[in-house]
Amino acid sequence: MKQNVVIIGGGIAGLEAASQLLTLGYSPIIVEKSERLGGHVASWHKLFPDMKPASEVVAELVRKSADANIFLETEVESANLLRGSYIVNLSNGVTVRTGAVLITTGFELFDAHRKEEYGYGIYDQVMTNSDLEGWFNGNPDKRIDGQDMNRIGFVHCVGSRDVKAGNSQCSKVCCVTAVKQATELKERFTQAEIYCFYMDLRLFGKKYEDFYINAQRDYGIHFIRGRVSEVSENIDGRLIVKAEDTLSGKPVKVTMDLLVLMSGMLCGKDCRRTASAFRLETDSDGFFKSRDNITGITESGRPGVFYAGACTGTKTVPETISEARSAALAIHNYLKDA
Amino acid sequence: MDFGFRLAPSSAINLDEVDLELYRKAALLEPDIRICMACGSCSATCTASPYSGMSVRKVILCLQRGRKAEAASMLRNCMLCGKCTMVCPRGINTRHLILSICRVYDDGEGGK
Repeated sequence: MKQNVVIIGGGIAGLEAASQLLTLGYSPIIVEKSERLGGHVASWHKLFPDMKPASEVVAELVRKSADANIFLETEVESANLLRGSYIVNLSNGVTVRTGAVLITTGFELFDAHRKEEYGYGIYDQVMTNSDLEGWFNGNPDKRIDGQDMNRIGFVHCVGSRDVKAGNSQCSKVCCVTAVKQATELKERFTQAEIYCFYMDLRLFGKKYEDFYINAQRDYGIHFIRGRVSEVSENIDGRLIVKAEDTLSGKPVKVTMDLLVLMSGMLCGKDCRRTASAFRLETDSDGFFKSRDNITGITESGRPGVFYAGACTGTKTVPETISEARSAALAIHNYLKDA
Repeated sequence: MDFGFRLAPSSAINLDEVDLELYRKAALLEPDIRICMACGSCSATCTASPYSGMSVRKVILCLQRGRKAEAASMLRNCMLCGKCTMVCPRGINTRHLILSICRVYDDGEGGK
């Protein structure tokens, strides 16, 4: 009889961990709250650094984890630790006895409505990074379709590095995402001038600096160091964006046809139920607290409960996949000795 | 007529009205003008900078913001020693860039 491992969250971390656990001879059970697998990545278009289609990544992970038990539109109701095993009650009425639980609940995007000064949901021509990926994926969007695109702005750090918005952390992937999306838009609207308003450009990963240089040299994207202070709408529906050009030391004003807000990553609000079911602690950054943030990031400090992916902090796709493999190994080592 | 007060002109840069013609012409001659990341290495090493305010970084920024006269007044202090070219981490041939900008000015753009 194969041992069960309950995986909470069917995003890329949950899928990768499931496929590894299958290989190691376990019976993973994926509990996914939405009606489909793949999480945020499934609604993304292309992934840096090589512009691989996100759908290919998700399809590969879904194929590799196809032998797992998968419950969609299901959540964990409660969990009890009984003689070294968890009895996990699911919202679909199923009860599972499992030696280990893997939390892969991921992140949620900062709700851009909360930064009212940027006008998301107030002015017609403001969208988020996620809305733009949806458009790249073929979703019609009247903010872009049929509109003149002479000037487009990207606002970095929306809901990140912003104590007053409740998130003092850097979301880490939005800078390179903005650069990626800016070049993708420039390919579609070659006549448009595209401006990125940033505080610092935090481009740290493999080949990200090449992305930045290409955006400057080959696509002519303009980078303005300064946080957008306010956005207003003029009489013809275009946006007036104000910031300080801090390198010049002067205020700057520009009229935009489209403004894209780079919403940051937060620990999901509905993760709190998971946290309370397994009595997990929250770290000072709002994400789940690992046993140790250097040597024990996939361990929760609770017996048999493990983490992978963005539930412990902002991560890139390859980081999340590596961590899922690492967590599968940690679970294997734990169950082998139990 | 003296009303006893004056209105201070706005220092704001309006990017809608910025004239980028000079910047674009310079970019045709030296495309690497676009990859400056404003690190300041060029200004820090510049022999003329402490005495004259010459700064390649600021010249590029001025052209991007349409402030041609300011760029020209800085460029006049350059002695073309080439130290900035040696320190630029992005490998911009700043000496060639400066000469390219001067050529665009000479072609009648006028820094005056």
